[in-house]
Amino acid sequence: MSSAELLLKAAALEQARLARYAQRKLVNRVALTLSLLAMAFGLFWLFWILIETVILGLSGLNLATLSQMTPPPNDVGGLANAIYGSFLMVLLATLVGTPIGIMAGIYLAEFNTTGWLANTTRFVNDILLSAPSIVIGLFVYAVVVTRFKSFSGYAGIMALALIVIPVVIRTTENMLQLVPAGLREAAYALGAPKWKVIISITLRASSAGVLTGILLAVARIAGETAPLLFTALSNQFWTSSLSEPMASLPVTIFKFAMSPYENWQKLAWAGVFIITMAVLGLNILARVLTRSKS
Amino acid sequence: MNTAFPAPTEPKISVKNLNFFYGKFHALKDINLEIPEHKVTAFIGPSGCGKSTLLRVFNRMFELYPEQRAEGEILLDGENLLTSKKDVALLRAKVGMVFQKPTPFPMSIFDNIAFGVKLFESLNTSAMEERVEWALRKAALWTEVKDKLSQSGSSLSGGQQQRLCIARGIAIKPEVLLLDEPCSALDPISTAKIEELITELKSDYTVVIVTHNMQQAARCSDYTAYMYLGDLMEFGATEQIFFKPTRKETEDYITGRFG
Amino acid sequence: MSFPAAPKIARSGPMADRIFGWLAKAAALFTLGMLIAILVSLAISAWPAIDKYGLGFLTRTTWDPVKEEFGGLVMIYGTLMTSFIALLIAVPVSFGIALFLTELAPAWLKRPLGTAIELLAAIPSIVYGMWGLLIFSPVLSTYVQQPLQALFAGVPYLGAFFSGPPVGIGILSAGIILAIMIIPFIAAVMRDVFEVTPTLLKESAYGLGATTWEVVWTVVLPYTKAGVIGGIMLGLGRAIGETMAVTFVIGNFNQLDSLSLFQAANSITSALANEFAEAGEGLHQASLMYLGLVLFFITFVVLSLSKLLLSQLKKGEGATT
Repeated sequence: MSSAELLLKAAALEQARLARYAQRKLVNRVALTLSLLAMAFGLFWLFWILIETVILGLSGLNLATLSQMTPPPNDVGGLANAIYGSFLMVLLATLVGTPIGIMAGIYLAEFNTTGWLANTTRFVNDILLSAPSIVIGLFVYAVVVTRFKSFSGYAGIMALALIVIPVVIRTTENMLQLVPAGLREAAYALGAPKWKVIISITLRASSAGVLTGILLAVARIAGETAPLLFTALSNQFWTSSLSEPMASLPVTIFKFAMSPYENWQKLAWAGVFIITMAVLGLNILARVLTRSKS
Repeated sequence: MNTAFPAPTEPKISVKNLNFFYGKFHALKDINLEIPEHKVTAFIGPSGCGKSTLLRVFNRMFELYPEQRAEGEILLDGENLLTSKKDVALLRAKVGMVFQKPTPFPMSIFDNIAFGVKLFESLNTSAMEERVEWALRKAALWTEVKDKLSQSGSSLSGGQQQRLCIARGIAIKPEVLLLDEPCSALDPISTAKIEELITELKSDYTVVIVTHNMQQAARCSDYTAYMYLGDLMEFGATEQIFFKPTRKETEDYITGRFG
Repeated sequence: MSFPAAPKIARSGPMADRIFGWLAKAAALFTLGMLIAILVSLAISAWPAIDKYGLGFLTRTTWDPVKEEFGGLVMIYGTLMTSFIALLIAVPVSFGIALFLTELAPAWLKRPLGTAIELLAAIPSIVYGMWGLLIFSPVLSTYVQQPLQALFAGVPYLGAFFSGPPVGIGILSAGIILAIMIIPFIAAVMRDVFEVTPTLLKESAYGLGATTWEVVWTVVLPYTKAGVIGGIMLGLGRAIGETMAVTFVIGNFNQLDSLSLFQAANSITSALANEFAEAGEGLHQASLMYLGLVLFFITFVVLSLSKLLLSQLKKGEGATT
């Protein structure tokens, strides 16, 4: 081939490469723009929901909301009994579920971690972690409410505790596994018995992480409605007796929001605001905790 | 074939026909050894020779891991610690260990030391404070931390943390101290301080130190054992090992013909 | 000065260790017991309905509490359809977000943006539900449903999907809100698996002159596909089991007369939420329990598959690192 022909061939190849490259560049640009739009899409919903919640919630929030009982339709009132009921049930459910969750997490991380029981428990725990919470409500209904022939705060607490346990198990196990083996060995080398090594050293070393897990569990159950629908049901009036149906913020919001009454809807927004702020606050607190320890 | 090398004074620990396995891997092969009392004995050898493994048999640390097992006899003051019916915690109270990486517990300096003591003795506050001070003085750390005993153990520098771990180990008054490469994570100045400490400690304790640093062994120890690939090659007075080794393998290692 | 060795007494011996071990084991067994108890109690409560209808329950559409005739197809269809729509929207969006977070975002933006997306997951579902009903559905009705209906008017097959009253409730609304809810879950898993792709692998592709998009599409995605699918199934599991967000906007109407996405309908969770508290003991309650059992079974299958796939990715990681 003459040198002119070679040059032409090279030029043609270069031309083809450039054309192809221009096309690939375009595809790349389009794809990356789309991903940016996707990010914006996600953020858009977050901000829209939060802004509406704050605006509508704050406008319905005043001293009366926090101090008065849930009213009949078209009447003045507040959310006091619902707030109290939620607070009480969440607190007690956490107190009941956390020890069981931590002990099971300890079992998974410190005792026979690859055995049959440990692997099966991990698997089952992950199922329970993502199981529909309404099914938990059905279960507690079948076992507790039908047995005692009444809806009650106790049933609500049990349902919420059953949601707390898998969350705490998962985070406890993960946090304990991060503790370096050397720390445990140093404690054993001093002659400490196993239970002491776990409680005084390993658990203590991962305390921030375990606490974070508990906070996340609390945040989760604070916003749960479905498990309370047929366990604690709801109560129009104030009650501090756990053996009666108990009002809770989420269930009250459900009832009020689906109604056509304006005062109820306003209270529902106030309730939504309170729950959202509490849950987001707990999440941010949990994040701050993990960051400060690491 | 390994022959026992008798030490000139009464042995604190007598190892007889010790074999050790990680699963199927034969890590220690028929070890016979006598560790003399109130002296510093060093285990040296290239990586993977089994020196740390041997050390960790002395306080039955290997029992934490199900796939590790030991066969043979290890006599501590005449009693075989491998088959003793006594609680392993009591053994570990007699035989203390300091690890490669400093491992301060997540608590205050004071509590770090008190932790081990509380396991075995109930002391009132002033007696405990005395013990903590005594342990920290022994570990040459007292002057540096006496004003910050309530601060977290991890607020100390690496060298100080390691001395804290040594103080922690001493506080429970063991008879034997096992040091597993205690200076490998430390800078030269901290290393020098700890080496000084080791020389002082031997008046009260029997010290066994594992080190990959031959010069350290030459500086600190009275007796040295050279190990290679699970076998005990040679054991004797440090001066003899370093200046007039009996076996060629020892000489090759000492003179750096392989590392 | 040296002290003589003091006599040692082990203060709390092997007994304490044994008790502690039993407690820990008991807690683990409790978890297993929970799962079994849930399955058993649901089955027992649903027995009257299982006995009467058998598996045919899953294909009957009648739901008449007055005449005591029940069938679950309406709810099952609602659950599956809303979840399908949710996945249709959420998967590409999550992929875009994960791509942005791992390849495009500058380092200082990664953490806050990631946190913002995770906060979406933290918002309780009742908030989504209420916002969905009172704020979103009017907007959906005006800006999406009415134009869509006008667009597809008269088109065979597809037109049927967009018929019905465009008032902002129904399967489409529920599906969209579910999508927003599950985006953070799927995006988080995708981002995590994208990040563990070995940099060496990506660098070799870049070194050949590939563009960012090409690296992700031809190298990262195939490498992480088990994890990606696992994450998608995780999101699916959540969508299927979600109650409040769906209940508010699905319309709670037991019909399957038309395929319209705009028509009020029902899902398993919304039927349970609305009817269970007042359901008469007997066949009505048993049928609802039967639905609950079906729901649990579906989530169980989806979640097991998800775990299987995610663990396969972990094994793959171990082999190459």
